[in-house]
Amino acid sequence: MAIEARPVGFFTDTSICIGCKACEVACKEWNQLEGNPPSFTADSYDNTGQLDAQNWRHVQFVEMLPNADGTASTNGNGKGAGGAAVIPTPIAGGQAWLMMSDVCKHCQQASCLEVCPTNAIVRTEFDTVLIQQSVCNGCRDCISACPYGVIGFNEKTGTAQKCTLCYDRLQNGMQPACAKACPTESIKFGYLDDLQKGADQRLAALQKGGYTKANLYGRDTSVYGGLNAFFLLMDKPEVYNLPNAENAKLPSRNNLPGYLGGAVTAVAGLVGGILAFRSARMSGADRTPR
Amino acid sequence: MTNHWRDIKHADMILINGANPAEAHPVGFQWFVKAKLDPTKGPGSGGGAKIIHADPRYTRTSALADKYLRIRTGTDVAYFGGLINYVLQNNLYHDEYVKNYTNASFIVNKDFTFTDGLFSGYNKDARTYAINTWAYQTEGDPLGGAPTGTTQAKAKRDMTLQDPQTVFQLLKKHYSRYTPEMVESISGIPKADFLEVAKMVGEMGRPDKVMTIVYAVGLTHHTTGGQLIRSGALLQLLLGNMGRPGGGMNAERGHANIQGNTDHAISWEILPGYLRIPAPGQKNLDEYVAASAPKKSDPNSWNFFGTNYKNFMVSLLKGWYGSTATASNEYAFDFIPKPAVNSSWMSIYDQALKGKMEGVILSGMTATSIGPDSNQVLQALSNLKWLVIMDSLPTTSSEFWRAPGMDSAKINTEVFLLPMTHWIEKDGSFVNSGRWMQWKEQVLPPEGESRHDHWALADIYDRVKTLYKQQGGKFPEPMMALTLDYKDPKKPELDEIAKEINGKDLTTGKQMATFANLKSDGTTTAGDWIYTGSYTEDGNLSKRRNGIADPQKNDPTGMGFYPQWAWSWPLNRRVMYNRASADLNGKPWDAKRPGIQWDGSRWQGDVPDYPATMDPKDPAAWLPFIMNGEGVGRLFSNSMGDGPFPEHYEPVESPIDNPLHPANSADPVAFLYDQAAGRPNRFGKADQFPYVATSYRLTEHEHYVTQHVPLLVGLQPQAFVEVPEELAAEKGIKNGDRVRVSSMRGKLEVAALVTKRLGPVTLAGNKKTYTIGIPIHWGFVGVSAEQNPKLSQYWLANALTPFVGDVGARTPEFKAFLVNIEKL
Repeated sequence: MAIEARPVGFFTDTSICIGCKACEVACKEWNQLEGNPPSFTADSYDNTGQLDAQNWRHVQFVEMLPNADGTASTNGNGKGAGGAAVIPTPIAGGQAWLMMSDVCKHCQQASCLEVCPTNAIVRTEFDTVLIQQSVCNGCRDCISACPYGVIGFNEKTGTAQKCTLCYDRLQNGMQPACAKACPTESIKFGYLDDLQKGADQRLAALQKGGYTKANLYGRDTSVYGGLNAFFLLMDKPEVYNLPNAENAKLPSRNNLPGYLGGAVTAVAGLVGGILAFRSARMSGADRTPR
Repeated sequence: MTNHWRDIKHADMILINGANPAEAHPVGFQWFVKAKLDPTKGPGSGGGAKIIHADPRYTRTSALADKYLRIRTGTDVAYFGGLINYVLQNNLYHDEYVKNYTNASFIVNKDFTFTDGLFSGYNKDARTYAINTWAYQTEGDPLGGAPTGTTQAKAKRDMTLQDPQTVFQLLKKHYSRYTPEMVESISGIPKADFLEVAKMVGEMGRPDKVMTIVYAVGLTHHTTGGQLIRSGALLQLLLGNMGRPGGGMNAERGHANIQGNTDHAISWEILPGYLRIPAPGQKNLDEYVAASAPKKSDPNSWNFFGTNYKNFMVSLLKGWYGSTATASNEYAFDFIPKPAVNSSWMSIYDQALKGKMEGVILSGMTATSIGPDSNQVLQALSNLKWLVIMDSLPTTSSEFWRAPGMDSAKINTEVFLLPMTHWIEKDGSFVNSGRWMQWKEQVLPPEGESRHDHWALADIYDRVKTLYKQQGGKFPEPMMALTLDYKDPKKPELDEIAKEINGKDLTTGKQMATFANLKSDGTTTAGDWIYTGSYTEDGNLSKRRNGIADPQKNDPTGMGFYPQWAWSWPLNRRVMYNRASADLNGKPWDAKRPGIQWDGSRWQGDVPDYPATMDPKDPAAWLPFIMNGEGVGRLFSNSMGDGPFPEHYEPVESPIDNPLHPANSADPVAFLYDQAAGRPNRFGKADQFPYVATSYRLTEHEHYVTQHVPLLVGLQPQAFVEVPEELAAEKGIKNGDRVRVSSMRGKLEVAALVTKRLGPVTLAGNKKTYTIGIPIHWGFVGVSAEQNPKLSQYWLANALTPFVGDVGARTPEFKAFLVNIEKL
């Protein structure tokens, strides 16, 4: 079945992610990524570490379980700083061990695309952001520019790499490998308008069920003009290491507010985070467990 | 599973015990999610099915559950017993179902007793029960109209359930001890949490509500395994949830084809189709049937299994031994071994330890890793003269002689590694947890010199037969008479074997359409009667793929049975015991979720577990559970070796004495191999080994074989144990530190993953108890182990586990034992 040339994307519903990592493996199998050398990170069940040239899907595990006395956890496995202050006791589902399959967001305002000097990075007929491997000259500007730390450098090919939203599969009428493999349909692929409708309904159902912190990330234009790969999160974006709407703006578009007040601290924190990841991605396959 | 995967979406409540489906069955877990997302399901006014996960660990399943209960491992009888008590005390059971569809009304022998943790008939020295008092009071002569050896006198019943000797009153008395306070002191589940769940569960006794219980080896792997499962089944019978879509007692099987494996008699004590292995002293088929078949105990009981026992057995013998099997030689009944001693998995290695095994052939599993007490198993393998490994990749058994700590110079075992094809290199069928036999095609051609397992076995058989012919030998007849009716007997096709298993009518040469037509006169064959109907004159039905592409056509009931997708045993029935999904008049308990229903002339819906045209209002109509002698579900049963009612017993190694009966703390009939063999028991006590441990697998690996798959090794690269944060703080263990975990039998040296997902429970006497989690996947073979030979010296999880088994299946106690932990 052909996929029409109109905006497509991912809706990743983290409330039903079971952290099985089938997306990671399916992605690697289809895209022939061999993965980084194995390394035990003792970071919950995450031994993948980050998105980079070899990992185009990455399942984050954020442990938010309460302390034994019922008080809220500060942050279980070193993540989730600034997250929930109150964890319901007894533990209810979907709030204590957060799992989220992260991926390139295919931003509407894609900084990687804006900084690419060779026009290797293009917006496709499916409204996705693609690094054309035959055009990329390996300058790595996009790696610095990406606010999500998605892109990595492949030493073997000498190019920058990230999720293509399975451009080759789309052209052949097949959904992306990760969505196809996801057993619970936590990763949904489809036309963006359909996905957005479904997401609104799911959010409403969760909020009705008492999950008041559930929110949609990148569903509207508040984050980099909107994300074609958007998420339903069970906690604040910061818990998942995602910039919140106040910070998720391209530098060229938020010069003024960017220098004002508390935003300075937030941006500095964000940049610090990016720098920390960048050293690993810049050097290719090596990576440093967080 | 009594039901099937897709059926879980019909449930209003899902109790998950001893299972971790999000991790171990991620694909099947989609049906849990569908139930959860369906606003028409759930207790009360709905809003989505409620998932309750009771587990010692907060797992990826707990993360999606609506309520997580931290339960001490191995105490699920206390939890289910507490729920049974709550349902009985508050009259929340399904009254009509319990009266008519269970043996609640049956009157039990007056000499049946239960005192201080022991049922009547216990023999302390032999550690066994004599079960003659675990019986019904009867009246009159043995019931007529049944084949020899399959009937008994009518069991007395009291339909008012008031007689103190009724099963119902005895059950009520037995579980009255399982108060919410007792549940808390045994399991650690706080009373308030327990009662919150009990209230919801109680609602599931209403005909318009239905609950499923899902379990896996977290219940099985205990010395009380059988009773842990049975306690859940009892609860389901009381709530009227057996036989109904969205209900049932559902075992999630651990491998793609473990259900098929069990059905075709991987266990020593059964023949294909759960026929019992004959025992010494049984001289003919009638004696065998009398000792093995269920007994009809009510005039309205069909006792289908018992009635057909001889038909199934003769058809099996006829299939195996062909023209040699005749009426005059009892259809070659003498060819079947009649083992005098237990021959289960651990018994094999126990015999090897005693020096009584010459050789062992291991196919498709690695003894070193999968059995309990790996160091003892390694010793057992060293005692063999020869060891044959049939596998597609090296295993910890093919390499056992170079296991860390083994001195290969002192091992005389000759080891042969026969390269076999992987399942992806052959066709054949997988039978899933829901009993669906699904054919698969070969994906890749075999590599190198590898052969199919069945070709290797056929070749070995041919060579042994040739040796018998050339040199003679003891009792050659069974070897000579075995039929290999294939195009190439040394290279049988799996499709040919599937066809043979179905069986045929020898008078017409046609494939059998149903096991109901199997006969005991030698005119029919069946390699496994429960698969009769899978390969008919219409061909191999497991290849059918009429699925969700056209639901209108392929799912006519709309209940998700998809009767022309593959084939489901028995007789393509999707929900077992489905007569119980409808009331006495044949009307579904819940019109929204019908299993089968009587339309005035026929049963419609799923393939009925009942005669298709039997009018339910006919006074002679059969009772609903047609396979049992009683014709009804058994709340009280004499078929369990450790008691007619499930009782909580502590694991063999436990941090506390049983609060119910400290003098008889552990299961009194659990099999203690070392003790029975005259070796010292190596059990740890809580003063030396103060922490409870439980072993399990992770979603990223499939037991041990994926240690050869680099992408999966990358996801979980190293052996580790999970340590509760509070305990880690006490012990000065930081996340990622290397630790030593030791039991009375062995040790692990691995990384520690410190987490709040494991926490303490507070037990009887205010005793705070920690659980340490032990993933099983690693050893000294595979990508990671061989890259890190020093680190991986002590990575065999089963080095820790005890060499004990439950009374029935002799399943090891992998899930509950005592350890100590120290920072390295």
